Amino acid sequence: MSGAGPQRSTFLLSCLCFGFAFLYIPILLMIVYSFNHSKLLPVWGGFSFRWYVTLFNSPDVWAATVLSLKIALINATVATFFGTLAGLALARFTRFPGRTLFTGMISAPLVMPEVITGLSLLLLFITLQQLIGWPGNRGMSTITIAHITFSMAYIAIIIQSRLANSDLSLEEAALDLGAKPFRVMADITLPLLAPGMMAGWLLAFTLSLDDLVIASFVAGPGSTTLPMLIYSRIRLGLKPDINALATLLVLAVAIGVLIAGWILIRNQRLRKP
Amino acid sequence: MFVPFRALMQQHWKAIVVLIPFLWLLVFFLTPFFIVVKISVAESLIASPPFSRLLDWSNGWPPTIAINLENYAYLWEDSLYIKTYLSSLKIASISTLLCLLIGYPMAYAIVRTPGTGKFVLLLLVMLPFWTSFLLRVYAWMGLLADQGTINDILIWLGLVDKPVRLLYSHFAVYVGIVYTYLPFMILPLYAIMERLDHSLNEAAADLGAKPVSAFFTVTLPLTMPGILAGCLLVFIPATGEFVIPDLLGGGNVLMIGKILSSEFNANHDWPVASAVAVALLLVLMVPMLFYHRIQSMDVNR
Repeated sequence: MSGAGPQRSTFLLSCLCFGFAFLYIPILLMIVYSFNHSKLLPVWGGFSFRWYVTLFNSPDVWAATVLSLKIALINATVATFFGTLAGLALARFTRFPGRTLFTGMISAPLVMPEVITGLSLLLLFITLQQLIGWPGNRGMSTITIAHITFSMAYIAIIIQSRLANSDLSLEEAALDLGAKPFRVMADITLPLLAPGMMAGWLLAFTLSLDDLVIASFVAGPGSTTLPMLIYSRIRLGLKPDINALATLLVLAVAIGVLIAGWILIRNQRLRKP
Repeated sequence: MFVPFRALMQQHWKAIVVLIPFLWLLVFFLTPFFIVVKISVAESLIASPPFSRLLDWSNGWPPTIAINLENYAYLWEDSLYIKTYLSSLKIASISTLLCLLIGYPMAYAIVRTPGTGKFVLLLLVMLPFWTSFLLRVYAWMGLLADQGTINDILIWLGLVDKPVRLLYSHFAVYVGIVYTYLPFMILPLYAIMERLDHSLNEAAADLGAKPVSAFFTVTLPLTMPGILAGCLLVFIPATGEFVIPDLLGGGNVLMIGKILSSEFNANHDWPVASAVAVALLLVLMVPMLFYHRIQSMDVNR
């Protein structure tokens, strides 16, 4: 019996090692090959920054990056607003007409296959264009609308679970002391939600930067987001400048997550006396 | 200007809070599905838009309703579609199982790590999830290619003489799906394991249960909601996956997301593409409703 404890933790430890190796080795190799001088990607031709130079000199990469960032910023901001409202409604208003439909529409986008969402939104935009003449051109506006629609569902779930786990007594106390419900919502509930809204904003931002399938469906000719550009290049094989781009993106995300994690851990320590 | 707005907010704020997201979802999430259903019963035409109208007004009032079920009959009769649906379901199921087998021990190990180590490991699981999905798939193209890293190693070790075909195969698709969706399995498992009361395991051990049997009688049943949530979060989107089979499977792997996209973009057959989408939605309806139930149970608890 005495050997069972350490033995099991050896098993768990090797699972962890295997799992993290599986998660990280492909990314690390992709980064290593971005510094490869050779054009034939898998053949090592010495260390060089050549592909980074190529990358910085390609105007289409810059244009796609700017477009993607614009969409991601607008999406994250609007989706956080809508998603917070939806989360509030789900967690705090137990009864209103259409609630079942509402919860269904919030949880469905999380698991809906992207091809279906993309196709259905494109067909909506085309139908609307015939009926009311809007949207005249598909592009940034239609991609942003599509992204808001699925991002707000994620944010609503985050906000809802935060509210479900939070203490109602503060709000009740304020109500008992005669505060109007709207004031309670604005002065107590919303500040409680601020961290959740921050997390939701970041999630919506990355979801938008990450989306290829839905954007490909609803984008018109001439508007290419960064994932669409990457996809069109890598379909036909390995491209070293894409490795360079990947390295920069991974670096940006890693720095962001490390900062967020550091703040999280520091807060955890502060809370403990 | 400001005062009436304030009065309006104070009187009707609840309705406003609900209505803004509700209307948005109604217009941009629910309505599109009805349009897809509508187009799936239209006839394919060479026109713009390339399908017939549901209501024909050419004979004046009342309009004739033209419902054409041939697209669905076509899906049923052409064995390619049935085969593709089955192949998608098979690939998604096996990938889900593999995710569970890798993710469960990982989640368990992370939960049992003491102190801040737990947060660091959890962040490390999240980190790939925050980086571009497309680039993670691309990373595997570099590993699996004929002159890729894995083949280089195999040849260097003397295990094979010439490169093994790894890219553009079912194997590559499985690897890609498991790799991309693993965090979706680990996170719900982690969430439920963290709430687990460890004293139950200790009680079982005190009463003489071996660790393995304590695991199967205590831990596994208690983590079942997390297992179900994780499996559905992997299974449902994996069934409709398009990018992974396209980039890693090449022409050798049949998946329904690829068929839908090529019917729409290459063949310009919108009605058939819509019918493919409706049928896929029907196939996934049961697991989706199931997921919705778990989700609402979890929030109510």
